[in-house]
Amino acid sequence: MESSRRHFLTIAGLAALGLGAKPVLNALASGSAGEFTGGVDAFKLKPNDKALKAKQWAMVIDTRKIKQASDLEPMIAACNKIHNIPTFEDKRHEIKWIWEDEYHNVFPTAENKFLNDRVEHIPFLVLCNHCENPPCVRACPTKATFKREVDGIVMMDFHRCIGCRFCMAACPYGSRSFNFTDPRPFIKEVNKEFPTRMKGVVEKCDFCAERIDVGQLPACVEASNGILTFGDLYDPKSNVRELLKSNFTIRRKQSLGTEPCVYYIV
Amino acid sequence: MNDRKYIIAGLVIFIAIFTFPFWYNLGKASPGPDIKLTEKAKAAKQCVMPTGYMRAEHMHLLDIWRHAVVRNSDRTFVNASGKEFTMSLSNTCLDCHSNKAEFCDKCHDYASVRPYCFDCHIDNPKEKK
Repeated sequence: MESSRRHFLTIAGLAALGLGAKPVLNALASGSAGEFTGGVDAFKLKPNDKALKAKQWAMVIDTRKIKQASDLEPMIAACNKIHNIPTFEDKRHEIKWIWEDEYHNVFPTAENKFLNDRVEHIPFLVLCNHCENPPCVRACPTKATFKREVDGIVMMDFHRCIGCRFCMAACPYGSRSFNFTDPRPFIKEVNKEFPTRMKGVVEKCDFCAERIDVGQLPACVEASNGILTFGDLYDPKSNVRELLKSNFTIRRKQSLGTEPCVYYIV
Repeated sequence: MNDRKYIIAGLVIFIAIFTFPFWYNLGKASPGPDIKLTEKAKAAKQCVMPTGYMRAEHMHLLDIWRHAVVRNSDRTFVNASGKEFTMSLSNTCLDCHSNKAEFCDKCHDYASVRPYCFDCHIDNPKEKK
């Protein structure tokens, strides 16, 4: 009898322990196992039906139509407005997607001692050249900047940028700017449809990829009053190719082999 | 064998202490966040995916959207029932869920997560100031 009572007490004790542990196990178990299963892959992703298509987008800038800085202002203003570009008093913090510069800064490798009067005095419009062989893409350690396979736009994935600025060092055109401070307080008029950037990322012109993807031309082209022409470089019938055929054009620092896609008629 | 009573007593004390937080909080679990839907979201009945999926996996879906839009230039999302949406956090998600403070933030605060989406994406596109 002795041993069986002892046996009974052991079992009873273990059972009490087990019951005591149950709420603990319940609590530990409730952390995992989501409610939802199934149907996760039942969706499709596709381009917008209206998206413009090209093998490689290119731009031709007709500098013959530029007389003074005010001719370029609407294009720069249009870009700054829709892309939430901040305005900094301090030049070192400046964010530039599209801006103006003088001939000898834009074409340092094609500068003669005595220049044509018109070329020497007009402002030149400069932006990212969306090179066919972009050095910034090669320099980026995180693939935050990449060449879009569908249409050759050199894009920035701001989510991925770690702010190392290798791309800025690699770009021979100075087309990239770094956000040294949070740009939000310095944006004059916020376009709520386009994201702003945050401190510590690099940014640049994206050829208005967000507009091209919904069937619109880049904002600067729309505001250019015929100075800018935008089209497919590899479509022999495109407006860009027509202009290249009938006019002599130059490109920035062509000898570096980056194959810039912005052409200037001078 | 003579130590048995000490061992058992020790075990009982250990288990009592180990399970104390669960006993102490039993029945007092703080209620989940009370999320408010906007009229527009209520009228739509279902989000881009079933509610259960959205509740558990919206961050995963946003990641898919980001990748599709930024890297593949796919901007249209077609859900299981064939309905099309433009993939955009600010312009699609927050168009319906225009009450970020009472929708997004409520749950994020409860779960103690701090997503930095809204550092860049405008958090309230329809807000009039």
